[in-house]
Amino acid sequence: MLSCKQASQLLSQSLDRGLLRRERIGLVFHLMLCSMCRRFGRQIEAMRKMVRRLRQQIEQDEAVRLPAEAQQRIAHVLATRHMHGK
Amino acid sequence: MTIVNVQHTHQWLVEHGDYLYRYALARVRDTHQAEDLVQETLIAAIQNNSYAGKSAPRTWLTGILKHKIIDLMRRQVREQPLDHEEALPDEPGMDEFFADDGHWDEKPGFWSPPEDELEQKQFFVILQQCMDRLPKKLAQIFLMREVHESDNEEICKELEISTTNAWVMLYRARMGLRKCLELNWLDK
Repeated sequence: MLSCKQASQLLSQSLDRGLLRRERIGLVFHLMLCSMCRRFGRQIEAMRKMVRRLRQQIEQDEAVRLPAEAQQRIAHVLATRHMHGK
Repeated sequence: MTIVNVQHTHQWLVEHGDYLYRYALARVRDTHQAEDLVQETLIAAIQNNSYAGKSAPRTWLTGILKHKIIDLMRRQVREQPLDHEEALPDEPGMDEFFADDGHWDEKPGFWSPPEDELEQKQFFVILQQCMDRLPKKLAQIFLMREVHESDNEEICKELEISTTNAWVMLYRARMGLRKCLELNWLDK
């Protein structure tokens, strides 16, 4: 029988790799009996979902723009680079 | 093949600068770093000097940017001094969470993800604060995995760490983040 420590490690690793058959069986068995680890599993999955949603939100936020000052600075750097070659 | 000239890059800066900036900011979460990444991407575009024209400029530039982001993450992780607790990957240091018999010592408290848009906004604030509070190295590897969606192979290659080490660090990052959300995300 897996301990909660082992179960939580497997839950985390299941987000990073495919678990082996015997690991999966052990985990399913543990989760049937352990509401704390079920909660832990739900929460780390929710974290993954929310972190990605936050990324998408920033990516799609038209109000987030390259500051004008930075744009000018970059334009200047690029022009200089071209003049002096590589 | 098109030789990249100054008009191209300037036009790209104007047309795609905002997009590239958002793309970078969503991943590195630092405005100055995001600005620098846009600059480095366009400089690399000049140096490559060959835009094959097979893909849209935006797609091509985003491809360059992706590499620049990984480079930056790798540099940041390597520059982090190994502090004592992180130097011992075999000792996950999770003792505060578990009793000797491997059962939860401090049981995971209840919280649930936000349900509406307002809640989500508040949640994002807490989430960012909690990510900032993770030890630097853990935060970086977590960003690489969850935000940049690098796979394990890429993470291990770029950071020169073992697979097991990567799993341990991701585990620790998730444990820390989960706990921080439990303490700070006041879910009604």
